[in-house]
Amino acid sequence: MGDLFTLPVLLGILYSGIRLATPYLYAAIGETFVQNSGIFNLGVEGIMLMGAYVGFFVGMTTGSLWLGLLGAALVGLLMGLLMAVVSVTFKAEQGISGIGLHLFGMGLSSLLFKKTLGGVESISGFQPIKIPLLGDIPLLGDVLFNHNLLVYVAFLLVPIAAFVLYKTTFGLKVRSVGQNPQAADSLGINVAQIRYTTVCIGGTLAGIAGASLSIALINLFQENMTNGMGFIAVALVYFGSWRPGGVLVGALIFSFVNALQLWIQVKGINLPSDLAVMMPYVLTILALAFAVRRARQPAALSKPFERGEN
Amino acid sequence: MSNLLPTGQPRIEEMQMLGIVKRFPGVLANDHVDFDVKAGEIHALLGENGAGKSTLMRQLYGLYRPDEGKILINGVEHVFRSPQDAINAGIGMIHQHFMLVPSLTVVENVALGLKSSRGPLLDLERVEKRILTLAEQYRLKIDPHAYVWQLAVGEQQRVEILKALYRGAALLILDEPTAVLTPQEVDDLFLTFRQMVTDGHALIFISHKLHEVLDISHRVTVLRDGATVGTRPTAGATKAELAQMMVGRPVILQYDRPAPKLGKSRLKVNDIYVAGDRGSDALRGVSLEVHAGEILGLAGVSGNGQRELAEALAGLRPIRQGSVVLNGRDVTHDSPLAHIDAGQSYIPEERMREGAIKDFSVADNFILEDHGKRPYSRATFFDFKAIAEQTRKAVEAYSVKTPSLDTPLKNLSGGNIQKLILARELSRQPSVLIAAQPTRGVDIGASEYIHQRLLQQRQAGTATLLISEDLDEILALSDRIAVIYEGKIVGVVNANEASVEQLGLMMAGVAETHA
Ligand SMILES: Nc1ncnc2c1ncn2[C@@H]1O[C@H](COP(=O)(O)OP(=O)(O)O)[C@@H](O)[C@H]1O
Ligand SMILES: [Mg+2]
Repeated sequence: MGDLFTLPVLLGILYSGIRLATPYLYAAIGETFVQNSGIFNLGVEGIMLMGAYVGFFVGMTTGSLWLGLLGAALVGLLMGLLMAVVSVTFKAEQGISGIGLHLFGMGLSSLLFKKTLGGVESISGFQPIKIPLLGDIPLLGDVLFNHNLLVYVAFLLVPIAAFVLYKTTFGLKVRSVGQNPQAADSLGINVAQIRYTTVCIGGTLAGIAGASLSIALINLFQENMTNGMGFIAVALVYFGSWRPGGVLVGALIFSFVNALQLWIQVKGINLPSDLAVMMPYVLTILALAFAVRRARQPAALSKPFERGEN
Repeated sequence: MSNLLPTGQPRIEEMQMLGIVKRFPGVLANDHVDFDVKAGEIHALLGENGAGKSTLMRQLYGLYRPDEGKILINGVEHVFRSPQDAINAGIGMIHQHFMLVPSLTVVENVALGLKSSRGPLLDLERVEKRILTLAEQYRLKIDPHAYVWQLAVGEQQRVEILKALYRGAALLILDEPTAVLTPQEVDDLFLTFRQMVTDGHALIFISHKLHEVLDISHRVTVLRDGATVGTRPTAGATKAELAQMMVGRPVILQYDRPAPKLGKSRLKVNDIYVAGDRGSDALRGVSLEVHAGEILGLAGVSGNGQRELAEALAGLRPIRQGSVVLNGRDVTHDSPLAHIDAGQSYIPEERMREGAIKDFSVADNFILEDHGKRPYSRATFFDFKAIAEQTRKAVEAYSVKTPSLDTPLKNLSGGNIQKLILARELSRQPSVLIAAQPTRGVDIGASEYIHQRLLQQRQAGTATLLISEDLDEILALSDRIAVIYEGKIVGVVNANEASVEQLGLMMAGVAETHA
């Protein structure tokens, strides 16, 4: 056990934790917008898989990671749009349509993978950028300030999302539409338009979350490679009580425990590996059971809006 | 005289709705309705529940499109596709159910949907300043930084009015604005309304309370079953006349009540504590006693623990501390069935959620409680003949209007559903009756009938606890009146000595003082 708490290992855990938090942040911050507007999109996982696939495939075939990223964002946007049509316009049961979207993304990405790639290949992804000065801080410099662009942007997204939600007119509309769509409607706010916008933002960010895996962190595509991350991202929104700051805390706790678990395995520490793998998930369940502040939950979450009900 | 309102907005000299028709599936909600209002005037719109008042006004506010008819403002035809169009034309609406976001502050609620002077960024300081100016002009005291969930109902209403004024409303639609207020709050609100019309606003005041309409309006229009019955100047109109216009037949406005023949104590509530839905205590030491042959009225503003008390007394909500004695038996922790068996009947506040099953037939709903007993069932099998016979008797005795006994309950009107529930509960000859909001949302005809039945039951010796937010109902039926405020009984007074002012103060939490 003593092995685990040496300085290099702790720094290693910190470094991996920050990297691992990246896809969760994109997906969960996106879902934070979606849920604050009153829509529950459970299909994040499927969107991430499609984003991961498209990002990788476009990146590889065109040789441009940027085009790959753009492709992933676009496919995320389109899947978000699909979710919006089904849940906002057709007022479908959101939990069920989310599961449908997930299965659709999972199936389609596997099919495309088999037809176009056939086997697992790797790609040279986004390279680390060392931030001048900060990157030279002894020990911590490399751990905190020597990551690739997508990692930095993921963390920047947190204050940006908080600013948009709490300081802009758009953010006020989003929150009001999630809490009391009748009230927003009565003030001339277009409820459907706001919800379409947030669900598309959420889709786009989930697509980028997928690409962050396939072209910036793991740098390969593999069937079902997200392995439940999209669902954890949805849970993180609850954990964070629908606030970007809370989501950040949740994402960090989750990814640090995950990193710890990886290092336990790497170090060959005598702990059944299945138990180690379970750790972060058990933590999630415990956190959801005890930490969620339901009082903050958008009152209209997953309820379709119909004008004239009172 | 200037053309501008104190808010700087132009006045609406005249608004006319002509020949408005609005259909919903199976309902003609507005049938060629004409309605108009002028600057400096309060025009009351009076009608029973379901008469089509809200529907008419929702069309003026752009929430629904009329199927036929047109809307003229200052003589020019306007078509409102959304509330935004109506707001732009100078129309504001205070809805029957407030349109506020509880998790936001007062300023945020007012700023919602407004164009900001800072583009995409919020400019809450500016909004706050203007709120304070308006609040002063119209004497609407408010803390701009409070969260709406922290506000009392009366304050929430002020936020609604400020919201409309902020948007430049020259014409204000007030949909049953007094339904949830204490008498004193109503007085304050009326002061604001009078100030507004003096300033040149046009006000439409919706209500089904006759005395308020007579008190505040200049003209009154009565709607019945979606159609206009008539328009009268308020000066010279009488309660009896307006009530007859509303209902279509003469209405009894005052009941004969022989002096109560008090029997022994039937229901005794000793210092009970009961948790509300949010976990904190909704009842904090309530004690009451109801005797055979009396009606104890429980008055109070909505949300002060009435629902929790009714549910606790029916055995539906756990009692944390204290005790309840029913006919000499301690039933504090007993099941709802034990309460029923001990001779208690319960008319729940939410008739469609707790009182009945809307997809079940009239007959099935009638036997909900006693379906396992004779004569309805024998050795686990239903006796359909007996069920039909008993239900038919009850439906006739309580004049429930239904096409057949097999009709699903949801096809009946609110008044008839309530009468059926009453029939079920009273036909068991209860010694104790808990009646929670027995006439809420029920038309006047049915209300009158239900009231008569409750008084008959009183003569027969039932001990009745009447929980109601309608002070007029409490005053018309009760022998004694208890007032509840924030989970405590403020005081109990004899009905024939009680004044509306005194009860209003008690409903606002001011304890009764003996001079
Ligand atoms: N959105 C709606 N869909 C269907 N029917 C409705 C709707 N709104 C109102 N109604 C019906 O129209 C009639 C008039 O209702 P409403 O205008 O709310 O009456 P009031 O405000 O006078 O109590 C009622 O029969 C009601 O059931
Ligand atoms: Mg109404």
